[in-house]
Amino acid sequence: MKPAKFDYHAPASVDEAVELLARYGGDAKVLAGGQSLVPLLNFRLARPAALVDVNRIAALSYVREVDGTVAFGAMTRQRTIEFSPVVASRLPLLREATRWVGHLPIRSRGTIGGSIAHADPSAEYPAVLTALGGEVEVQGPRGRRTVKAADLFETYLTTTLAPEELVVEVRLPAMPAGSGYAFEEFARRHGDFAIVGIAAMLVRDGARCTSARLAAAGAGPVPVRLRAAEEILERDGLGDAAIEAAAARAAELVAPDSDIHASAEYRRHLTSVLTGRALRRALKTPRP
Amino acid sequence: MNDVALRLTVNGQPREGRCAPRKLLVDFLREDLALTGTHVGCEHGICGACTILVNGEAARSCLMLAVQADGAELVTIEGLMRDGVLHPLQEAFREHHGLQCGFCTPGMLMTALDLLHVKPEPTEADVREGLSAVLCRCTGYHGILKAVQAAAPRMVTAAHQGRNA
Repeated sequence: MKPAKFDYHAPASVDEAVELLARYGGDAKVLAGGQSLVPLLNFRLARPAALVDVNRIAALSYVREVDGTVAFGAMTRQRTIEFSPVVASRLPLLREATRWVGHLPIRSRGTIGGSIAHADPSAEYPAVLTALGGEVEVQGPRGRRTVKAADLFETYLTTTLAPEELVVEVRLPAMPAGSGYAFEEFARRHGDFAIVGIAAMLVRDGARCTSARLAAAGAGPVPVRLRAAEEILERDGLGDAAIEAAAARAAELVAPDSDIHASAEYRRHLTSVLTGRALRRALKTPRP
Repeated sequence: MNDVALRLTVNGQPREGRCAPRKLLVDFLREDLALTGTHVGCEHGICGACTILVNGEAARSCLMLAVQADGAELVTIEGLMRDGVLHPLQEAFREHHGLQCGFCTPGMLMTALDLLHVKPEPTEADVREGLSAVLCRCTGYHGILKAVQAAAPRMVTAAHQGRNA
């Protein structure tokens, strides 16, 4: 099918984009990379009165490292992230997760801000944002505000942002030097939507785990930080028994739904198995 | 909403047109520019038949509005052959039986072209992963895989010699 009619705007600045969003009062959609929105338009599952295309806002595309934080302009393409030397050295977990986002032709267009604002719970970037405790900067008619990952995702495809707010920047804390990381995912085929994905980061001090970060994608209506599983590792270290206990605990921390792709029970099982795999691989995969 | 004007470069040629903002880029290529080599498959970014190069990078032309390509440089399947000589990828697809019905072929070629630009010496696993972006419903994947692997060193050689690659 083809999209229904809409008004089309391609503002050159964030101020102009926010003004347009406010003018349509919730009847406009932001067009970022379009890799999720355009299919919805083509099938007329979405019929917005207007599209505000932010692809002409050059100021929204950058990767910058400032004081231990890596900041991404919201329109930074996933492909740029995949090949960014800053991401490879400071956020290799994000780089690894990026390889699971669709396929290269999808990543040519898809953006970090779009993926996060779309809030698909099976998507990789929201899980990484949740695991690393990142935040987004949004601009609305009353100015800018910062929203932490934990306060951002409300339910399936829904964030806590107002319709006239635009994500302008995504910030992730650089991973500590030597920290271990892994992104494990199960999908029917590489590039399909994740049935379950796990983002993991481990910071070690000798045999001790000083900080563990775990988040699950595809295991509920929003990405889930697996805090109680992290605590097991921080308390008991990174031996086989602790990893097994953390993996078992992970399954108890998620509340997945059943759908045509997988049952809730299977997703819960995968959460445990993939958490174990991610932790074991993270132990052997240090950040450069 | 009124039609919008756009100017772009397609296969090295400056082109222009007018269309409704809701017109997909793939439909603009096919209907307005008569470049029917790019195929419309699933229209939701899964099958990859409509893959073209946008500013040098593979992208789904069913997931872009034509108006978004204003000012862009596109390469479609029609841009591969030059001066009557097949591109090394096209040559390799012919040699290795990389096509059956041909419907996915333009998407396969444009996806493979981008893959080989990013990874000039891919492993078999790289090619498999890269080509998973395009579906072949004849399931002729083995021939396609062989063709892309055969084309890779020829494209490197061609690039060194400054030829079509």
